[in-house]
Amino acid sequence: MVKFLGSSRTPAAFLHGDIRNTVGNVPMEWYQDYPHIGYDLEGKKIFKPIRNKDELDEFLDKMENPDYWRTVHDKMTSTDIRLTDEQISLVHRLQSGQFGDVNFNEYEPYIDFFSGETMIHPVTNRPQDKRSFIPSLIEKEKVSKMVHAIKMGWIKPRKPKESDLQFYDLWAKEDPNAILGRHKMHVPAPKMKLPGHEESYNPPPEYLLTEEERLAWEQQDPEDRKLSFLPQKFSCLRSVPAYSRFIHERFERCLDLYLCPRQRKMRVNVDPEDLIPKLPKPRDLQPFPTIQSLIYRGHSSLVRCISLSPSGQWLASGSDDCTVRLWEVSTGRCMKTVEVGGAVRSIVWNPNPAICLVAVCFNETVVLLNPYLADKLVYNATDQLIASYVEPEEERPQPVQWQVPEIEDSDKGFRLIITHPKSVKQVTWHSKGDYLASVLSDNSNMQVLIHQVSKRRSQNPFRKNKGLVQCVSFHPIRPYFFVASQRCVRVYNLIKQELMKKLMANCKWISSMAIHPGGDNVICGSYDSRLSWFDLDLSTKPYKVLRHHKKALRGVAFHKNYPLFASGSDDGSVIVCHGMVYNDLLQNPLIVPVKVLKGHTLTHNLGVLDVAFHPTQPWVFSSGADATIRLFT
Amino acid sequence: MGGQQQKKYERGSATNYITRNKARKKLSLSLADFRRLCILKGIYPHEPKHKKKVNKGSTAPRTFYLLKDIRFLLHEPIVGKFREYKIFVRKLRKAYGKGEWAGVQRLRENKPSYKLDHVVKERYPTFIDAIRDMDDALSMCFLFSTFARTGKCHVQTIQLCRRLCVEWMNYVIASRSLRKVFLSIKGIYYQADVLGQLVTWLVPYQFAHNHPTDVDYRVMATFTEFYTTLLGFINFRLYHSINLAYPPKLHSKSETELKTEHEEDYAMESESYLEKLSALSATLSRVISAPEDEDAELDHFPAEGEDAEALQVREKQQKGLDAQKRLFEGLKFFLSREVPREPLAFVIRCFGGQVSWDQSLCMGSTYNATDETITHQVVDRPNVDKKYINRYYVQPQWVFDCVNGKMLLPVEDYFPGVTLPPHLSPFMEEKDGDYVPPEKLKLMALQRGEKPEEEPEEEEEEEGDEANADEDYDDDEEEMDNKEAVSVMVTPGKVKAENKMRLEYEEKAEEKHLAIMMMKKKEKYLYDKIMFGKRRTVREANKLAAKRKAHDETLKANKKKKGKKD
Repeated sequence: MVKFLGSSRTPAAFLHGDIRNTVGNVPMEWYQDYPHIGYDLEGKKIFKPIRNKDELDEFLDKMENPDYWRTVHDKMTSTDIRLTDEQISLVHRLQSGQFGDVNFNEYEPYIDFFSGETMIHPVTNRPQDKRSFIPSLIEKEKVSKMVHAIKMGWIKPRKPKESDLQFYDLWAKEDPNAILGRHKMHVPAPKMKLPGHEESYNPPPEYLLTEEERLAWEQQDPEDRKLSFLPQKFSCLRSVPAYSRFIHERFERCLDLYLCPRQRKMRVNVDPEDLIPKLPKPRDLQPFPTIQSLIYRGHSSLVRCISLSPSGQWLASGSDDCTVRLWEVSTGRCMKTVEVGGAVRSIVWNPNPAICLVAVCFNETVVLLNPYLADKLVYNATDQLIASYVEPEEERPQPVQWQVPEIEDSDKGFRLIITHPKSVKQVTWHSKGDYLASVLSDNSNMQVLIHQVSKRRSQNPFRKNKGLVQCVSFHPIRPYFFVASQRCVRVYNLIKQELMKKLMANCKWISSMAIHPGGDNVICGSYDSRLSWFDLDLSTKPYKVLRHHKKALRGVAFHKNYPLFASGSDDGSVIVCHGMVYNDLLQNPLIVPVKVLKGHTLTHNLGVLDVAFHPTQPWVFSSGADATIRLFT
Repeated sequence: MGGQQQKKYERGSATNYITRNKARKKLSLSLADFRRLCILKGIYPHEPKHKKKVNKGSTAPRTFYLLKDIRFLLHEPIVGKFREYKIFVRKLRKAYGKGEWAGVQRLRENKPSYKLDHVVKERYPTFIDAIRDMDDALSMCFLFSTFARTGKCHVQTIQLCRRLCVEWMNYVIASRSLRKVFLSIKGIYYQADVLGQLVTWLVPYQFAHNHPTDVDYRVMATFTEFYTTLLGFINFRLYHSINLAYPPKLHSKSETELKTEHEEDYAMESESYLEKLSALSATLSRVISAPEDEDAELDHFPAEGEDAEALQVREKQQKGLDAQKRLFEGLKFFLSREVPREPLAFVIRCFGGQVSWDQSLCMGSTYNATDETITHQVVDRPNVDKKYINRYYVQPQWVFDCVNGKMLLPVEDYFPGVTLPPHLSPFMEEKDGDYVPPEKLKLMALQRGEKPEEEPEEEEEEEGDEANADEDYDDDEEEMDNKEAVSVMVTPGKVKAENKMRLEYEEKAEEKHLAIMMMKKKEKYLYDKIMFGKRRTVREANKLAAKRKAHDETLKANKKKKGKKD
């Protein structure tokens, strides 16, 4: 049994002196299943109380028993013990970290047993060892071994320790030859970026972020942020705190220095003005149309096509409102309105000045119309020319039907009606004015038909379908025929009846085509807003591709006399370019844009639908989806 | 067709590069050792021009080193030392395990160590190269010198860093080469002009560091190992170049001045000398004691191909520089205890001022606050207990702004308790088109010698009002005219005035527009990119200007409100 050292008797008695249960220091759970919980001093069983206290009892006890707080349950005997005042004060003392004994003085002066003073008496009474005054044999042996080793040179004196970090003039003998080849490949690390105003502890107010900017900054990824820190303002230097990411940034710099792959990059340092090509001044390239001078109003729907008379006095226009209008160019007066049976897809004035005829196509028909707008002799001669047709003896089968119109139609001016099997999208005249080509919107081999007006004969020149034909054109001088399909332009020789060239336009899709009056250059407008200029002598690839328009091109045109060409587009603008073709074969054509003409308003996302030049003046006409025709001079 | 079949990737750029893993295997080093070696030798990966070719057709992301660099590492003596160290560690562990304490002792004494002198010489064959690459070294050493002497790295490293930093600062003071200072939220940026090279370094504010856990201190320690060696050699040479003794010694005269009775209160015997040096208040002793002022006028000869005008400009610059170097000469500063002592003492001494502080603050104070000859006292508290009449009390920003402005600025804006003017970065050099804060404009005007106008804003406002009134009046007149015209019903045709300038401008613009249309695709792309960048800078400048305007207006409105209330 352990003797308790405390002077007070009560706790001892409580813990050990008064033993009621003799089972010893064992866990009381062992007795869980028994009716008793141990044995008393006489060896009799101590029985558990009949009824265990449940929580209600506990609670009632807590409420009613004034000594509840000082009552402790003894597990050994399963009885409640009420602590005495002394015991409670002891518990309090121990809880507050004091000594249990009230009378114990913890601050008593310390008595040093081994004091620093030399005593006259030894601390111990033990006699000295013998080995403390006899030289050690083992040591002698060791020393002699060492002496021998030193003699033999096995043990060497310790090297004098080099005091490291002796700095000296490292670059005393600087010679430029010491620069290794390696240094030529060396890419020095870029220096840290110098701080700007926003990094100041007291920046100007405009550099501080507003609330929204701050939120945006916080939501960005740290890599995406333009500033790696939030600009802050402090009223005085005293209040500036430490920068929390200082070590991080230093560390990141270290990583950059030894982990980042380096590459020497040449920064282009060009003046943007130098990049702009030096072109001749538009002023030197005059004349060209510069200003909108007339608007021809009258149509009620989009004007799809326009054409000028060879004299340049009259203008014919066809519109979706199923009318053809004939205008006087110089005044803007509508001379005549001819109703036709459908939306006019194409209208072309006969280029021969001795004939007064306009080819109009709508639905499946092509109508040759005499507008009576010329010298009286001329239009009468035209009527006679058409009336003088003599039926051939043997009728040949024709792909189309030639008709002489009824009286009411002929009053309108219709002279001949050519009815096609499918709807016609384009007509064009040969420069002599006798032949006429029409394009059918069909996916068979009969897409292009060539008609001879004087003999009222038609023929289908192609046996095979080689893609959807967009438009066709005759060569102005030679017997060539240009057929523009969606991706390319084919040039046929009509006399030899063979394919001469295939011009690759590299665009999707070709919308319009115009031939230079010289006949050696072709321009193609396309729906992907490009205009390609082909020089037939040069290559089958475009000599130049101009991407001036923002939207699809609808019409292109060359001027007959002046070196001008124009393109109209869905963005509502007409761009006039100077396109000079030289007689010298070695000199390439000069192309300079000279004017952007704007005027048409966009309707249904359509702008300019057709452009045409005046035959003699440097004027350009454009017809638009806003039902107007405009003249730019 | 003769000859052997050519195999792919056996010639050309594929053979010039080597991947990291292959390089490591070639050197037979562990990754950690390879890293250390790369850091010490300054080897870094290169980005090949044709990555796919170098990567043998694969597009996997890999880092490539130049094969020549790696071959060059093969002969490095440090690699041998690394291996020795590895063996040493193994032996030591064994000795510990066996409890052979004598063996441990012996091993410890023979611990293999290496020197980096040759590496420094190799990486920087000329002294100027070394100076050019000093920025990172200085920033790192200043950071390490502020670390607490526990844990993160060896105490010796920290002490060495501190020593080198103090030496560097003393050199900058002695050579008067400091040019720019900037108080940022990260720390204090200094820029010095050393032998014609601009050296910029960043010093953190004096606070205990909150050591982040995601930083590899070993990498930083390796860098510091190299940087300390580099800095030591640079310091040595710099000290000798201006005829100072290295390691620095205090001038005997100033040393006696600094002698205080209670030196041991501040530092241990061994450290007190460094502490005295780091107080930055005493001059250093020279090897050959030179006369006090040696500013003899040097004859200037024009360099070849330099005309008189350029010479004049250069002379003017030189004069400005000399004036800047003597900015604080004759001024006597006293630092209160709440201001950061070291940066201020450093800056003031760099420009020839005298500086002192309270004796209890730090070692090396030379005079007391009661000294009557003090001209400026730097305080950062809104109010001072005891004020002396014959000195200015200024906030610390004044000192820094003076340095950046290259002139003594008016002290009124910097009195204690006053709202300070913004502190601008001296490193920003605005090109035309960039946004220039109005404070900078004001400073530039001051530098040109113009007097600041007294409250120009209000005058402007009044003028504006008047102008508005005039306009109103004009409008009224016009209206009257119109009325009369209506009554008469006949108006003479007016000549439409053609603005020639405008027309010309429009024509030019159209011409340019048309020319741009004719650009080649590649050039157009470049042009668009350049123009986009230009527009962005303009946009940013405009945004800042608008922000400033809004801020000024709200300030004015607030002022007016206050005025009305009064």
